[in-house]
Amino acid sequence: MDKKEQFYQRLEQRGVSRRDFMRYCTFLTATMGLSASFVPKVAEVFAAPKQRPPVIWLNFGECTGCTEAMLRTVYPYADELVLEILSVEYHETIMAAAGHQAEEQLQAALEKHSGKFICVAEGAIPTKYNGGYGRIGGRTFLEIAQEVIPQAAATICIGTCACFGGVPAAKPNPGGYMGVGQALKMKTINIPGCPPNPVNLVGTIVNYLLLGKLPAVDDMGRPLFAYGKTIHDQCPRRSHFENEEFVEEFGSKEAALGYCLYKMGCRGPETYNNCPVAKFNDGTSWPVEAGHPCIGCSEPDFWDKMTPFYEEF
Amino acid sequence: MGKRIIVDPITRIEGHLRIEVEIEGGHVVDAWSSGQMFRGIEMILKGRDPRDAHHFVQRSCGVCTYVHAIASVRAVDDAFNVKIPKNARLIRNMLHGAQYLHDHLVHFYHLHALDWVDVVSALQADPQKTAALADSVSGADVGGAVYFKSVQQRLKTFVESGQLGPFANAYWGHSAYKLPPEANLMACAHYIEALRLQARTARLHAIFGGKNPHPQSLVVGGVTCQASLTADHIAEFLYVTKETQAFVKNVYLPDLLAVASFYKDWGGIGGTRNFLAYGDFPLTEKEPESLYLPRGVIMKRDLGKVDMVDQAKITEDVTRSWYEPGSPKHPYEGETKPLAEDPKYEPSKGKYSWLKAPRYDGASCEVGPLARVLVAYGKGHKDIKPLVDKALTQLSIPATALFSTLGRTAARCIETVAIGDALQEWTMELVENIKSGDTKTYEPYEIPESGRGVGLNDVPRGALGHWVDVKDKKIHNYQYVVPSTWNLSPRDGKNQRSPVEEALIGTPIADPKKPLEILRTVHSFDPCIACAVHVIDPHSNEVYKVNVI
Ligand code: SF4
Ligand code: SF4
Repeated sequence: MDKKEQFYQRLEQRGVSRRDFMRYCTFLTATMGLSASFVPKVAEVFAAPKQRPPVIWLNFGECTGCTEAMLRTVYPYADELVLEILSVEYHETIMAAAGHQAEEQLQAALEKHSGKFICVAEGAIPTKYNGGYGRIGGRTFLEIAQEVIPQAAATICIGTCACFGGVPAAKPNPGGYMGVGQALKMKTINIPGCPPNPVNLVGTIVNYLLLGKLPAVDDMGRPLFAYGKTIHDQCPRRSHFENEEFVEEFGSKEAALGYCLYKMGCRGPETYNNCPVAKFNDGTSWPVEAGHPCIGCSEPDFWDKMTPFYEEF
Repeated sequence: MGKRIIVDPITRIEGHLRIEVEIEGGHVVDAWSSGQMFRGIEMILKGRDPRDAHHFVQRSCGVCTYVHAIASVRAVDDAFNVKIPKNARLIRNMLHGAQYLHDHLVHFYHLHALDWVDVVSALQADPQKTAALADSVSGADVGGAVYFKSVQQRLKTFVESGQLGPFANAYWGHSAYKLPPEANLMACAHYIEALRLQARTARLHAIFGGKNPHPQSLVVGGVTCQASLTADHIAEFLYVTKETQAFVKNVYLPDLLAVASFYKDWGGIGGTRNFLAYGDFPLTEKEPESLYLPRGVIMKRDLGKVDMVDQAKITEDVTRSWYEPGSPKHPYEGETKPLAEDPKYEPSKGKYSWLKAPRYDGASCEVGPLARVLVAYGKGHKDIKPLVDKALTQLSIPATALFSTLGRTAARCIETVAIGDALQEWTMELVENIKSGDTKTYEPYEIPESGRGVGLNDVPRGALGHWVDVKDKKIHNYQYVVPSTWNLSPRDGKNQRSPVEEALIGTPIADPKKPLEILRTVHSFDPCIACAVHVIDPHSNEVYKVNVI
């Protein structure tokens, strides 16, 4: 039985029909802005990659929320990503090795895959005082980033911290925290969000595996398929905005009716992301659906630019 | 002096942790725990709108993603003197209960299991025998020889690909692994099952919180998910809870007992002496009386004497942390003054960590599942006591074996069982309340010019407290003392070790080059270091590079 058949068989054992799976691939293909003819190819990327592409995942100044977000992916589930689709050579949150053995593993992966691996970077990098605010095995995050990232075939920054500095870079930014691209003075692909939707990372990686290149991005390095439109432009509450039907107090009649949250501080109009269409956790919901204003978590400097969160912009 | 070993990075945790131990005669004789990363969220909060605080502090940790948010809104609710409505209390409890279910499952299977389970040995298992073993211990609804064979085949394909990914270069084959191949295969299969289940369990947060990690529907005064309180959403919440709870009872608990039965010696390793639990899940407006998990403190392992916690007795000490000297301070008076010179890592005599050292009435205390379960046990809790007694009987070990690495790991599972059941009751209580016509989810308030507030809760990793001081409607001071600071702190001015440092002493080390046993005890605390170090220093740290010898 070929790998592809095994894959479908396993899916079916898990109660996921081929049809459900194809539906997911269609969704992902559409999320990535590709034409329908790519759907079977997307399925193939999941089913039987010839050689699993090596990934080195680095954790810097972060809260591990982006890793956690990634573990919430479904179709492919995280175990498929790790066992069948990618070859995750280094990832401190999930790897079995520790201490010296973990450091060895990073060096071995670098030697073997230099120039060929995808680097995923999570968390911001402190730059003041030679980067002394964050260390792993005695080396600063900055030193590690400077060693690993230039050897990657592509670097994807996951989450607003890695992209733009995020919460540790909020004023007064005592540690001189910066996004990875800024700290290394280079261009990176940026998947912002605090944390981002795993669909957007999976979409970017699938795009890479499928077309051999990273997706088209805007001037901030954000893939256009996910960050090409504002929340506001895709929001199901938009008609209330147009009709000037606003929530003016949480817990009010208007809140119960699901009116527009603009006056409660919603940052949807200035925020580029696909939350209203992709939604989170297997399409379950997104913040505005839970009655809370968008806080603009995928925008650079949102901790300073978008606050106070509960005041109208 | 014995041999020194450093393990850095400690992997399969959140954050950046370094553990150093001294070994003599095959046992740990001394230990030092050091936090290695600093961001500065408390400093960043100064001068900001108190209503925004929970969004910032929630980013302390992306693993227990909800817990700082709830501690923070409780502190600000308190400072603003807002009493939240019943529905808000229930929904906050439900989201928090969901956090426990999710977090403990992930900890057991994905962060801790590989310390006990040898993946490579699973390749030698007989799937038929694995199926028989699984049938005898667990009530999993997925099983049978065909299933275990397919899991094994999958692992084999993976290993034969030569790309071992996250399983590369670990301690496989270590003499401290005790499970037979069949039990290892069963555990590997459940590792994968749990990886999938947790993605579904995380939807509990999305249903009423919009997303996970970092749900977004909590606000000072209540919750915002009012329009989502429909029958289908509540039913979905109940369904996912039940699905998770079935796994907890039919797979997690049996796996825990099965694995524990091979590692009973760990019932005598890794213990501490003092235990502190704030408790959580208010069942009425009255706190702490109505907390489902009770509040209490146990000193010197005396289960017969559970005292009430007095938060005024909490202080943080910085003698061995990289801060300016000062006397131990209560969090309302707490300050963060990093050293004015380059901090040096000097575990033997000087300073060696960015974590402060929290103490209760001057003593170091363990917080977390074991502390909560012991407090509940000591108080004769109606749900938890029978669960503990049953586990002890099944493993035929005495209650004193609870003070250990094994006890800590078991306590985590036991409370998951209890909370999962209670969670379903709270969901039904919400249904009844809404049915009775009460749909209120939010209490409006005026922001006072000034005020002080404390938010105490007990989260998967242990007792968590946030203290806020508001002046001119802005945050004047904000301090939080988190579970991993309690458990993984450095020594204090009286040279008292922290719980993890104390727990490591006496740990047998079979092979100093592969300190698997250290990981067992350290992981049993479920460290969360980004969360524990939220202060920042403006000075660099000498590069001090040591590898495991
Ligand atoms: S809720 Fe926010 S994103 Fe939606 S329409 Fe209103 S302002 Fe725009
Ligand atoms: S709606 Fe706004 S705040 Fe919420 S996840 Fe999307 S971008 Fe972030």
